[in-house]
Amino acid sequence: MTEPTEKMTGARAFIECLYREGVDTIFGYPGGVLLPIYDELYGANIRHILVRHEQAAAHAAEGYARATGRTGVCLATSGPGATNLVTGIANAYMDSIPMVVFTGQVPSSMLGNDAFQEANITGITMPITKHNYLVQDARDLPRIIKEAFHIASTGRPGPVLVDMPKDITLQEIDFYYPDKVELRGYKPTYKGNLQQIKKAAALIDKSKNPVIYAGGGIINSNASAELIEFAEHIKAPVTTTLTGMGGFPVEHPLFLGMPGMHGTKYANYAIQESDLLIAVGARFDDRVTGKLKAFASNAKIVHIDIDPAEISKNIKVDIPIVGDAKWILQKLLTYSSESQSEKWIERIGHWKKENPLYYIEPITCSGIKPQYIIEQISQACKDAIIVTEVGQHQMWAAQYFKFNEPRTFITSGGLGTMGYGFPASIGVKVARPDKVVFDIAGDGSFQMNSQELATAVQENVPVIVAIFNNGYLGMVRQWQELFHEKRYSSTCIQNSVDFVKLAEAYGALGLRANKPEEVRPVIEQALASGRPTVIDFVVECEENVSPMVPAGAAINEILDLERKK
Amino acid sequence: MRHTLSVLVENRYGVLTRVAGMFSRRGYNIDSLTVGVTEDPTMSRMTIVVRGDDQVLEQVTKQLNKLIDVIRVTDLKSENSVEREMALIKVNCDVTSRSEIMQIADIFRARIIDVASRSVVVEITGDEGKINAIEQLLRPFGIKEMVRTGKVAIRRGQKSS
Repeated sequence: MTEPTEKMTGARAFIECLYREGVDTIFGYPGGVLLPIYDELYGANIRHILVRHEQAAAHAAEGYARATGRTGVCLATSGPGATNLVTGIANAYMDSIPMVVFTGQVPSSMLGNDAFQEANITGITMPITKHNYLVQDARDLPRIIKEAFHIASTGRPGPVLVDMPKDITLQEIDFYYPDKVELRGYKPTYKGNLQQIKKAAALIDKSKNPVIYAGGGIINSNASAELIEFAEHIKAPVTTTLTGMGGFPVEHPLFLGMPGMHGTKYANYAIQESDLLIAVGARFDDRVTGKLKAFASNAKIVHIDIDPAEISKNIKVDIPIVGDAKWILQKLLTYSSESQSEKWIERIGHWKKENPLYYIEPITCSGIKPQYIIEQISQACKDAIIVTEVGQHQMWAAQYFKFNEPRTFITSGGLGTMGYGFPASIGVKVARPDKVVFDIAGDGSFQMNSQELATAVQENVPVIVAIFNNGYLGMVRQWQELFHEKRYSSTCIQNSVDFVKLAEAYGALGLRANKPEEVRPVIEQALASGRPTVIDFVVECEENVSPMVPAGAAINEILDLERKK
Repeated sequence: MRHTLSVLVENRYGVLTRVAGMFSRRGYNIDSLTVGVTEDPTMSRMTIVVRGDDQVLEQVTKQLNKLIDVIRVTDLKSENSVEREMALIKVNCDVTSRSEIMQIADIFRARIIDVASRSVVVEITGDEGKINAIEQLLRPFGIKEMVRTGKVAIRRGQKSS
């Protein structure tokens, strides 16, 4: 159907395209070349969240996308505005999150002349976007935006960047929004090959010790219900990766917790002892596999992934199935038979009992046990969405929060971006105002984007930042303790900031807990306030994340680091 | 192991950078790469010679296919494809050696396309072995400069790649 065309500028067309894509919120920061677009945004029916640093716009858009499954949108000006987005784009690329990134660019006539605030952002972001565009004619803009949203959200999702020179936004065009995209080089596979699925089902029926290893693909594919049904049907325990967390209920009897470096011992033992590993939407990351040669060496491997390039990239698989996890799990359910055997589950139950995650209540306390805080948050608001920064606190959150549903754990997995959590949590809360949103933070990570307190306060986005303040860059300190004779080179940041005063300076609520008995009351106080809140939890300063597989070791060579004192 | 990939791509700016960038960031080695427009002006074809075992080839093919601007990737096996490369070789000569060089060129069905008092330019087309062979023979005269196109290849028979 062709709609009547209408004359308008590129800037107006940009807004019309966003309407057509159903965009209700964008995260951005204005600048010289974006003036025509910001003029159109003034009064447009789209919420614009003004961040304080463009990096935060990208992370917030990603948080929005992860919380909803819809494509996140951010906008920044040319040059430094665009380059400040780079970390956020790389993060979304590594974790396969749908995002469309718009950047302003110097006028076409000045391109390549090292003009003021010019940066070749399409060149810079080529390796960290699924695709990118430099718009050369405003008449192409609607088609390009249509393609950008299509590419970002289909197949293996990822960020797509659209760079718009200023003259494009001023050029007058006959606006027409295409119904369909025509991309002959892009045809993602959704339906898995039935022959392969039947072969996998035959292996499953033969297997005595199957393990399901599920990743972020479960979340992207909205396949959580199918995963649960399938796991129960074949009686296979399920381990979810950091980005897959929430894809399988933590309190389900078949749940193994996280695999790999800071996973549970029993998840790692189960993988090593399994005769069939069913990987779904996971990519055999080094933090999961440890020493590759020794990983699941007794198991046949079935690998379900929407990206053919992930098959046999890190590990040789026996049966690859390319397609959508949800669709394939539904088929596998019908082709595999129901398992009656309890033996394997009993064996795992034994490992679970012998090797639980644990921490020791301190006798002499230099602060609160961080694991205890996660448990308290988990109990106080079990339906909260947990966003994290990167480091020890992130691992404790993954280990100790009782996730029940998909899209309730939002964390930087592949790239490991410190400073991700707080801006991402703003995006999450904007998308899900009905939910309690926590940013679990370290005192190091939080300082990487703490300026966003201004955004949270101005836009009235009441997220709760729980800082696990140990005065160290804790994860690096832990490695220095274990592998560098406690030579704490450049990891001590003790007493550098008063986080309560910092929060208050921005007009947010600042709270502090020094002792275990203060933990629950400050959580309740934060929940009751309805304001952006920072809680400074003074935690035990040299607590380690345990257990741990040292880098390069096999995952069953997993060490207990929780010492008795 | 060397493989010849025929890669059909959108004829757009930036495509070569995307392809070359993918090779370099993933650590694959390109022996040669040629690119030019096809019978359809909206498409270009690249012939890429890449070194690596079967696993590398599989990854290269998949990573190429992942690029939105890549339409099709075909692994051309030597038994069912023909390949050619061209080289221009500027060789030192004097009055006595010129005829010898011309004789060599004749044997290889190469052509002399420029003659100066102290040098000639030889144009040679063929597979890699043939070009290497004439290069060896011309070397004693003194090669001043040489430029090679890199391999182009096409499938034999009716089917296209």
